[in-house]
Amino acid sequence: MIYEANPIAVVIFISFVAFVLGLSFYFGKKGSSAKSYFAAGGEIHWGVNGVAFAGDYLSAASFLGICGMIAVAGYDGFLYSIGYLAGWMVAMFVVAEPMKRLGKYTFADALDAKFNSKGIQLMAGISTLIVSIFYLIPQMVGAGVLVTPLLGLPHYAGVIIVGVVVTIIVSTAGMKSTTYVQFLKGALLLIFSTILVIIVLINGFKTKPSDDFHQYITLTPSIENGAVVGVEEAEYSFVKQIEVGSTSFIKIMNEKGPRWWELREDNGSYSLVETLTIESTPEVDLFNGLPKEAGAFYSVGSASRLFKNGVEVQATGALGIFGFFKVINDSEIIRYKKVQFSDSDNSVMLWHQVITPGNEVLRPGLKFPLDKEKGATPADKLNFISLMLALFFGTAALPHILIRYYTVSTPSAARKSTIVAIAGIGLFYILTMYMGFGAMFNGVMDVQDGNMAAPLLAKHFGVVLFAIISAIAFATILGTVSGLIVASSGAVAHDLVDKFMGKQMTDKVKVLVGKGAAIVVGIIAIALGILFEGMNVAYLVGWAFAVAASANLPSILMLLFWKRTTSVGIIASITTGIITSMGIILLSSSMFAKYGLDPASAPFPIDNPAIFSIPLSFLALIIGSLLTQKKKSVA
Amino acid sequence: MDHGPNVKVDEHVDLVKYKTKVGIILFAVYTVVYSIFVLINTISPKAMEVAVMLGLNLAVFYGFFLIILAVIMGLVYNSICTKIEKKFSKEKGDAK
Repeated sequence: MIYEANPIAVVIFISFVAFVLGLSFYFGKKGSSAKSYFAAGGEIHWGVNGVAFAGDYLSAASFLGICGMIAVAGYDGFLYSIGYLAGWMVAMFVVAEPMKRLGKYTFADALDAKFNSKGIQLMAGISTLIVSIFYLIPQMVGAGVLVTPLLGLPHYAGVIIVGVVVTIIVSTAGMKSTTYVQFLKGALLLIFSTILVIIVLINGFKTKPSDDFHQYITLTPSIENGAVVGVEEAEYSFVKQIEVGSTSFIKIMNEKGPRWWELREDNGSYSLVETLTIESTPEVDLFNGLPKEAGAFYSVGSASRLFKNGVEVQATGALGIFGFFKVINDSEIIRYKKVQFSDSDNSVMLWHQVITPGNEVLRPGLKFPLDKEKGATPADKLNFISLMLALFFGTAALPHILIRYYTVSTPSAARKSTIVAIAGIGLFYILTMYMGFGAMFNGVMDVQDGNMAAPLLAKHFGVVLFAIISAIAFATILGTVSGLIVASSGAVAHDLVDKFMGKQMTDKVKVLVGKGAAIVVGIIAIALGILFEGMNVAYLVGWAFAVAASANLPSILMLLFWKRTTSVGIIASITTGIITSMGIILLSSSMFAKYGLDPASAPFPIDNPAIFSIPLSFLALIIGSLLTQKKKSVA
Repeated sequence: MDHGPNVKVDEHVDLVKYKTKVGIILFAVYTVVYSIFVLINTISPKAMEVAVMLGLNLAVFYGFFLIILAVIMGLVYNSICTKIEKKFSKEKGDAK
């Protein structure tokens, strides 16, 4: 789609970012010790820390990715919300207080508290870096996605802006400013998401969501022996027919140029239904047959039929929080399915309409194939269980979440801040259902990128709301990226340089090393954010959770609850978790598609590694520990 | 560089054991409820279409239930822990 910058949006956005930077510099001047830089001096109030937790956790994956996935695939997106939230129960009941008792700056401190092992320090530091970088990728992708409609800039510009701003924040002030940025953004995200949902409910749904919404037209083909030979409407002429799977696509011409249409057959009656196409010719990309600037590539997302209280309507009027779902359940939604094919020297990317009953978008199955009758295989089901396992066990193993337990003063404060976080995050995840389905019905979807569903939904209700929501979404990314970069810099300065390499450093030098590491990680994040453009951010975060759950959680749990755990066992567990989870991801069908290879030829049939890598990591710990019962301090 | 916790944590070993036990029990309960949810989705996704109440189907109802249950269990856990912390703190004060 074509996006143009709106001056009001730009002013609100820049003011917000400037305020966040000002806040960082202010706190940067207040503390320069390592304790202040890496753990905010351990003096943050639990209430503030709880909201900051929410701000840290509700990343691009939640606001952009989940809302986008719900808008595109319905209930399956909400499964991410449930998994992300359920993971906090592991954090609250099992990990929060012990982490606070054992640690100092990083989660490696907690793992190493009993052993003082160089091997643990090295592997925990490496694990923190890998998980943080995996988690950084979707945040940076989300940043690129946001600036395109907001500022009219290309994807890479957004990635670079976030990378530079965050690196400035982190390298100037560390954990304290990061905490207040996250607090601010967490609170604003909850407030404005609630406002957006209230507006969605007041407006209800319409079959024509706005006056300028493009109504897709239908033509009548002339058929001979089951094949199209012409078009009955005089201004169109038939060019060719192509079969893709079980669907036929027809190329027809009018005075504007060539376009692709879908051939439909219903009880012996044929029709041609308009599609969205991007046709790449050797010279230029054509959007619905015209150059991009012509603006012929429309937004989508609407109901084909709306039912309220059993009666078909054109507009529902205001809806209640439960009635909202009843209307969706009873209505029919126009969703879009993407196909790709070649036409002579041109490659064609096409989205055609799929009419989906409301009851199907309100149950699992549109993204994750789970229904046997619709061809779901055992591997599909395993893949789904593996994802839900990773989300459940991943949260409590994320380094940037774990370090937040060191910013409060006591274990009870750690516990209370976790409860505040769960309440805030839980509320937000309930709101994702309303925002996601709101986008699905309000004609705001960009078929090229579902990640922008929530901000574009806000745009539907006015540019000021859009600017505020986008600025908050941008701050969401700033906050999460800041937390990740602080965690990474702590891993380098504290775990690797100080403890593993044994370099004697003054507090000042340690902070300097941390800031240097922050800049390097920031640059890596920018590069990866540009490379992974176009992938759903919630999906990418699922991988980060899988790596974290595999590499870190078995060690944390076994250290706390199995007395025979040894340092060798922990090292074996982290190493196994990293290698197996990353190995499966890198050899998965999704990554094969990214490499430009045939996804079907990928050695692993599933994308989510947790179901294999978590048990293997536990097994490595148990075997490593049992074999080294008398050598606890060797490593 | 110094090692050890950022802030010295002074908790009686029995208090820690009690809180850990409560945490594990609540964690087990939530894990069972979450696992049932994942299993229904995996084995019988169509069952999630069943209307439960207030116009919500099982999928939406169970999802919201898991989120609200998390908050309620968090509050219960905090209430139990705070009570026992106060008790230990009082005993410590009396001993002095």
